[in-house]
Amino acid sequence: MTTRTLVRRTIAVTGALMLVAGVTSCSSKSNNSPSAGGSTSADCADYTTYGNLKGKTVTVYTGIVTPEDALLKATWAPFEKCTGATIKGEFDKSFEAQILVRAKAGNLPDIAIVPQPGLLKTLVATGKAVPADSATSAEVDQNFAPSWKDLGSVNGTFYAPPQNASMKSLVWYSPKEFKDKGYTIPTTLDELKTLSDKIAATGKKPWCAGISSGDATGWPITDWMEDWMLRLYGADEYDKWVNHSIAFNSPEPTAALDAVGQYLKNPKYVNGGLGDVKSIASTTFQDAGLPILKGTCSLHRQASFYAANWPKGTKVAPDGDVFAFYLPGKTADEKPVLGGGEFMLGFRKAPEVQAFQRFVASVTWANLSEQGGGGRCVTPNKNADPAKAANCSDIDKLTIKTLQDPKTVFRFDGSDAMPAAVGSDSFWKQATNWITGQSTKDTVDKIEASWPK
Amino acid sequence: MSTAHKFLTMLEAVGLFVAVVGVILAGANRISGRRGDRVVAAVFLLPTVALVGVGLVYPALKTIYESFFDAAGTKYIGIDNYHKIFTDSDQLLVLRNTVLWVVITPFVATGVGLVYAILVDKARIEALAKALIFLPMAISFVGAGIIWKFVYDFRPDQPGVKQTGLLNEILVKLGGSPHQFLLNSPWNTIFLVIVMIWIQAGFAMTVLSASIKAIPEDIVEAARLDGVRAWGMFRYVTVPSIRPALVVVLTTIGIGTLKVFDIVRTMTGGQFKTSVVANEFYSQSFRAGNQGLGAALAVLLFVLVIPIVAYNVRQLRASEGR
Repeated sequence: MTTRTLVRRTIAVTGALMLVAGVTSCSSKSNNSPSAGGSTSADCADYTTYGNLKGKTVTVYTGIVTPEDALLKATWAPFEKCTGATIKGEFDKSFEAQILVRAKAGNLPDIAIVPQPGLLKTLVATGKAVPADSATSAEVDQNFAPSWKDLGSVNGTFYAPPQNASMKSLVWYSPKEFKDKGYTIPTTLDELKTLSDKIAATGKKPWCAGISSGDATGWPITDWMEDWMLRLYGADEYDKWVNHSIAFNSPEPTAALDAVGQYLKNPKYVNGGLGDVKSIASTTFQDAGLPILKGTCSLHRQASFYAANWPKGTKVAPDGDVFAFYLPGKTADEKPVLGGGEFMLGFRKAPEVQAFQRFVASVTWANLSEQGGGGRCVTPNKNADPAKAANCSDIDKLTIKTLQDPKTVFRFDGSDAMPAAVGSDSFWKQATNWITGQSTKDTVDKIEASWPK
Repeated sequence: MSTAHKFLTMLEAVGLFVAVVGVILAGANRISGRRGDRVVAAVFLLPTVALVGVGLVYPALKTIYESFFDAAGTKYIGIDNYHKIFTDSDQLLVLRNTVLWVVITPFVATGVGLVYAILVDKARIEALAKALIFLPMAISFVGAGIIWKFVYDFRPDQPGVKQTGLLNEILVKLGGSPHQFLLNSPWNTIFLVIVMIWIQAGFAMTVLSASIKAIPEDIVEAARLDGVRAWGMFRYVTVPSIRPALVVVLTTIGIGTLKVFDIVRTMTGGQFKTSVVANEFYSQSFRAGNQGLGAALAVLLFVLVIPIVAYNVRQLRASEGR
């Protein structure tokens, strides 16, 4: 998992580089203004609810690093200014390993920004986490879909409100090609298949894919399989699969992988501009979508972070060189979304810590985050003001729109929640073998066999 | 941690080291008397013994201990981890690859180095020729891995697509079709082994060349007078004379090959059935979260290295005793 997050983060982060300069200057400006505790100026009207926290400090530990840390700090500045509290951020690339060490050593921050539900469970299991107070819980009920509250809960107790989010269920395409050839964006899985056949009939390989990623090679297939599991069998069955209530080699996951195989192992569909089916294994995930620009490939399934991966000068917009559409559900009414998110887990029971958690769950914070643009644009807060997202990229706007859709059923990247022996080892390894020729049955059997007993 | 802070920490550590050594030296200086020398020797040895104990002996014992425990390191499971290494199909593949590496690399690298050393010996461009083959030694394994990844790089044979890999470009220019060098087992392991040979041949060449030059001129002359030809000279004069050097080169490369990690990790990440023991040990310990199996693999690696080291030491003693 770590490698993947790191890679993604690095890519996402480079895209946000341009914005940083602006934001940093903003935040330094707000730092210069005098911090008047419980100020009653008009700006601070939204903050009176958090009370006067002058002299109090909240420490926040996170794996979010430069340049996104500046964006994050900028969203904290008004809170600091209006309540008088100091938010001390610690930004550390090796957060995911270090937070466990620090939990063992008893050297915990007040709040940790946890990017995976699996890690959240592990941290709560240390017994040192503090459940969210009722006010924060109510704030979350008001602003987020219930599935988000579930993700921040462990065994029915709500701990951590969500912060930012990202979306994986996207298919990249060339708007120009679609317009020229008269293709329409598919709204069901069947239409996606029809579209693929239509493109294949012209003699062009419609899909391009790549799963090479150093020792994490294979991970993009886990996303494919999760997307199809979610679409073919629904969120409940998906959860059972991720929790291992059903075996990895039971009929549903097997059929889901076979359904993915109808795309990725179909010589008529892949690998546009990159070779045969096997070339998927040797193509890096970064290079895999680029043939769309050359016109040798039409469709590429990859998460929103891929927006930062296009060469300089590529216009990523609904009327640009490339854009993405939502990977449709089985029917047009079903909107399952695969994605990621972050959760604010508290470790100290104090009014200022709880106030800060509640602040991040508020509409005020969501709007600030959207306003900052860059890699912090997307929040799953359904009451956030879409007008504030003007600075965000078109992809982020699409993600915000999809996440705020009441029909959306959000699910976390399942391989991240599986035990490491599966989610960051055998699943990748066997998926890679699957692409290079191993049968679906052997693949799911071997992954099932590797599940820790 | 800012850069300045890091430097400060480093200076503190250096200062602490100097202080500790100073105290030891001062202490040793005050000891005198009949058995003073022994005490002084013991005092000087103490830091080394302590560091070897903390940095080597303790971790080694702890690793052996942990290899008998489960993935989380909490439950004793006997020899199950070792059983898995020798029965699980994926782990057997790892063993097979390691055997391929260890059998091929030392002999081919030493062979290439030896032939090269003899060929360029006393040639006019000897220095240049030697420098050329020695250069890869100066490149890190990761660097070499990246270079060769480009050499093996694959692009499909399609209109509008250009080959980026050196070998495939040559193949296409010769009228062939591009080949996926790193995908098909077991040949991909051989293509990885070539990288190691490319690095190690220079080392073999340098050591062997030096020891060829050390062969006394009178032996060579005597052999010539006896009518020995080129092959005979090689078989009966050169090889026996440089035997100790050959053993050192073979065993050194052999140990290095057993521990090979960087090349595999950089070029395939252990995918496509190319994993070796050292890479698998890393993946299991730090990625798959299976500490027990990782420890067992580390112990296995240690056990495999022992006979080579033992042989090396014996040969060294034998040649010294001569």
